Amino acid sequence: MTASTAIRVRGLRRAYAGVPAVDGLDLDVEQGEVFALLGPNGAGKTTTVEILEGFRRRDAGEVSVLGVDPARPGAGWRARIGIVLQSSGGHDELTVQELVHHFAGYYPDARDPDEVIAAVGLDEKRATRARHLSGGQRRRLDVALGILGNPALLFLDEPTTGFDPEARREFWALIRSLAGGGTTIILTTHYLDEAEHLAGRVGVITGGRIVALGSPATLGGRDHDRAIVGWTEDGRQHTERTAEPTAFVTALAHRLGGEVPGLTVSRPTLEDVYLRLIDEPSQAVEVMP
Amino acid sequence: MSTVVSPARIARSRTTLEIKSYFRERDSVIFSFLFPIIMLGLFSVVFGGDDDTFSDAPGGGIDFARYFLPGMLASGIMLVSFQTLAIGLAIEREDGTLKRLRGTPMPPVAYFLGKVGMILVVGLAQIALLLAVAALAFGVELPTDPAKWLTFAWCYVLGTAGGTVLGIAYSSVPRSAKSASAVVVGPLIVLQFISGVFFVFNDLPSWLQNIASVFPLKWLAQGMRSVFLPDRFEQVEVSGSWQHGQTVLILSLWLIVGLVICVRRFRWQRRDDG
Repeated sequence: MTASTAIRVRGLRRAYAGVPAVDGLDLDVEQGEVFALLGPNGAGKTTTVEILEGFRRRDAGEVSVLGVDPARPGAGWRARIGIVLQSSGGHDELTVQELVHHFAGYYPDARDPDEVIAAVGLDEKRATRARHLSGGQRRRLDVALGILGNPALLFLDEPTTGFDPEARREFWALIRSLAGGGTTIILTTHYLDEAEHLAGRVGVITGGRIVALGSPATLGGRDHDRAIVGWTEDGRQHTERTAEPTAFVTALAHRLGGEVPGLTVSRPTLEDVYLRLIDEPSQAVEVMP
Repeated sequence: MSTVVSPARIARSRTTLEIKSYFRERDSVIFSFLFPIIMLGLFSVVFGGDDDTFSDAPGGGIDFARYFLPGMLASGIMLVSFQTLAIGLAIEREDGTLKRLRGTPMPPVAYFLGKVGMILVVGLAQIALLLAVAALAFGVELPTDPAKWLTFAWCYVLGTAGGTVLGIAYSSVPRSAKSASAVVVGPLIVLQFISGVFFVFNDLPSWLQNIASVFPLKWLAQGMRSVFLPDRFEQVEVSGSWQHGQTVLILSLWLIVGLVICVRRFRWQRRDDG
């Protein structure tokens, strides 16, 4: 483990009533990385993340988070970690202002509470009780409480569930600015576009193991996949799958005498790759970025 | 901006937060804070007026409101400490409040001190209101002897401390936040009926008196009667005595049992989570 490693996991196992949820998982996350963990429900995402957060015990394996075993969390370690849990709730009768200012008192190196409220876009809702916030606003409050301690490592468990598209874009900008400031971020999400926008690296987890690891552009050999070229000819839509799209389009342009009508060249989306990966967990592939 | 985080400051800040939350939750204000005051008023209006309660007691009977006040004080202490915490913690465990707090560097002791601080403030406010209503609206004569108020003080402290730790311990019993109210309020109502709060303890069959004597509420109510009833009423008690020694013993035993359960069994997460 190097000084720049934020998270190191080897052979992690956890079973519930004899059924393995995490089954020999290995993972390394470097400091400053934004790492997205993708996988279907029941794949072991939340179990893994909550072991890393110090909420769940493990049956076997080595785990180090910021150099500390999360099975023995101390206040100093907690102060360097920010957690946005999957479910938000509680503190219903307190206002945004009261909660953020109160939680700031827990941290030795807290950010300015008013700046944090503004950063998550809740300035207008300061005096509103948590009970009366919309789902998306409530989630932003969760994020505010998660980043308040100026964490070196931030866990975001499905942070944008229930957001409208505009709120999601604003949230992404916030996360990118945190990542720009050097915060290591572990993100779990069901939204593939979110992983693609935010993450430098993506891991796909299914059956309690990581089955694919890589940058969003290279995951599962996505960059080597055949491209799909589409064009219009004789009033009809044509498509062709090809490993050499450049050569194909050049030939096509030559044949049609210049501009190709309705030309599109597309790679499989991250979602296509992801769905293929979780369908065939046995054919594990690893592509380093 | 690096500041030293002091658990005492966090505990104070949590107390403020807990008090705000308590009084903003209308249900808890009505069913734990105002409930004994409403009951005192109701019973006194229905049964009160004449000095005919225990009219066969040596020296004559007393007004119903005066007889009823100690039971309401005891009951109020249990509602504010035990009921508030048992239901509140079951909800906080289920809705993730506790888990969220556990994920921060907040010292766990600050959380519990915050609850205790809230209960002290709410409890004392309730007692002040109850005494004021009894004295001003129903003309109940309050004791002037400092020894009586000393008895009141240790009854209040032991009762509140016991109710607090037992409430925290009992909060793990309800299987969900939805069932919490029923699982907590049900047994407490039964206990109020058999502990001399709603009924005169002497009127109960002795086997029921024996069952009630296992639990703290009976002793707390008896201790409060020793403060607010005339001395001659000591003879009216089932045992013929206020039994201060036994009261201290039994309330302390419950306090210790509750503490041990809290320390060994307290969970920040739901049973199915972790």
